[in-house]
Amino acid sequence: MASTIKTVELTLPASVEALRKLKIGTVVYLTGRLFTAREGVYKRAIEEGAGMPAANVDLGTANFHCSPAASIEPDGRFNVGAVTATASFRFAKWLDGWFKLSGCNIIIGKGGMTSEIYRNVFVPNKAIYLTTVGYGTGALLGRGIKDVPGVYWRKELGLAQAVWVLDVEHFGPFIVESDLDGASLFERENEKIAPGLARLYEGTKPATLRRYGETDDKTDEVI
Amino acid sequence: MIPLATIEKTAETLMEKAAIEIPEDYLGGLRRCADTEKGDLSSFVIQAMLENYEAAKEDRRAMCGDTGVPRWYVKYGNDARPESGPIGVESALRRATANATQSIPLRPNRVHPLWRTDHDNNVGINAPEIDYAFHPDADWIDLTTVHKGGLFGSDYRMLFPGDGMQGIRRFFLDTLVAFGKRGLACQPAIVGVGLGGSKDACMVLGKQASCLRTVGSRNPDPKIAELEDEFKELGNSIGMGAMGFMGSSMVVDCNIEVGYCHTGGMPMSVHMFCLSSRRATARIHGDGRVEYRTDPDWFTDYSRRATVEWHTPVPMATE
Repeated sequence: MASTIKTVELTLPASVEALRKLKIGTVVYLTGRLFTAREGVYKRAIEEGAGMPAANVDLGTANFHCSPAASIEPDGRFNVGAVTATASFRFAKWLDGWFKLSGCNIIIGKGGMTSEIYRNVFVPNKAIYLTTVGYGTGALLGRGIKDVPGVYWRKELGLAQAVWVLDVEHFGPFIVESDLDGASLFERENEKIAPGLARLYEGTKPATLRRYGETDDKTDEVI
Repeated sequence: MIPLATIEKTAETLMEKAAIEIPEDYLGGLRRCADTEKGDLSSFVIQAMLENYEAAKEDRRAMCGDTGVPRWYVKYGNDARPESGPIGVESALRRATANATQSIPLRPNRVHPLWRTDHDNNVGINAPEIDYAFHPDADWIDLTTVHKGGLFGSDYRMLFPGDGMQGIRRFFLDTLVAFGKRGLACQPAIVGVGLGGSKDACMVLGKQASCLRTVGSRNPDPKIAELEDEFKELGNSIGMGAMGFMGSSMVVDCNIEVGYCHTGGMPMSVHMFCLSSRRATARIHGDGRVEYRTDPDWFTDYSRRATVEWHTPVPMATE
């Protein structure tokens, strides 16, 4: 099984040439520096105008939509256990500003975004989207973390929303959900599954009591 | 008298077991999914998860980075006598939740819904939830912790008798298709269905069906048990596997629980317990002995209370 799946080891920061070689459905392992940022960071950095908490070189240019299962020991050491991503579609509205501010060219998360966002926001910024696997392979990812060189905005945002900088080795697996062309692996899979849905629903009719805003088109998504 | 220290220590151990060790029944079910899955991407995902469970156990680290929202189910034997009473037990469970969040570590997920502030320890207003049940003729306390994750994969709908079995089937499919895409539900999952009750009871029954019944268990009503088999099959025939990739691994098992409801309605809820189905149970006996297990054994003839009054079964005299 899985013999048809291509696997790539990618070093961070990743060049455009390196990203160009990645196509949707490719399995990727990362080595280098990346950092966590989610809604708390986006709000603070972009909406509140705080900018980035540190320089690119200190943070890396791959943004993980993640809050680690981690604690800070009384002596100040970071104890990182498992890490997995949180669903990314909620953060789409901040991304254009974020790419320009952060210089990131890789977003790592859960579940991806729509191909419309990829085409309009990712492609012009030469960025790709990697999805975590599972979800989630928290323990495997935890093993790939070799060092935590810094945690920023810990006091302002709390442990879960803070910026955790992670130095990683053979960190993965991830799957390329969107490549530099802006295609979406999830949407491709949805299209393959869609034709069989009608047969499943055969003989059923919509519920007696409807709901506002409800769609009955099963090819639609909820994100 | 069951010492409070035993309760707190047991609760901390349960927190760790739930976060780190995938229950055997779920693991067995997922392995069966792996054996039959034809989709290459879905197979890859399941294989990665199987490796992940091993890594979690070896390293004693949480299997998933989103460690869910820890909560408790406490079942008191009618003759159980915990030191400091039920109030003492609640305080022990709250302390254990906070301590284990730091020591394992778990992600401190719990925040105030409006102010988004937290105590970094998964404890706060109305958190962790503690639910209770009772059992006749017993001196033990069963403690179960469930760390269910998931912003996605649950839904509720008021159906009506006129919607019939096809309406139930349709809402089941709706929920699985909607949250199965992109793997938002973190499937393959234990799908719990609540049918009947009042609105809140319907949600509770469905959630408990997914989190507190094991893979392979069946409802005692043979017709409902058949429906469980049918819905498992139905979910796996959507064409969707792990992460919403093409495949057949959507439902590890389907558990249905029912409660009498208003004559005019047929409320239904659907819940999905994910690839990190975190649950762990311990029985603390009256003499202080502790036994750990993964089957909460929450639903019993007594807990379902099918008759007007519950009578402890009296052994029939031999003829």
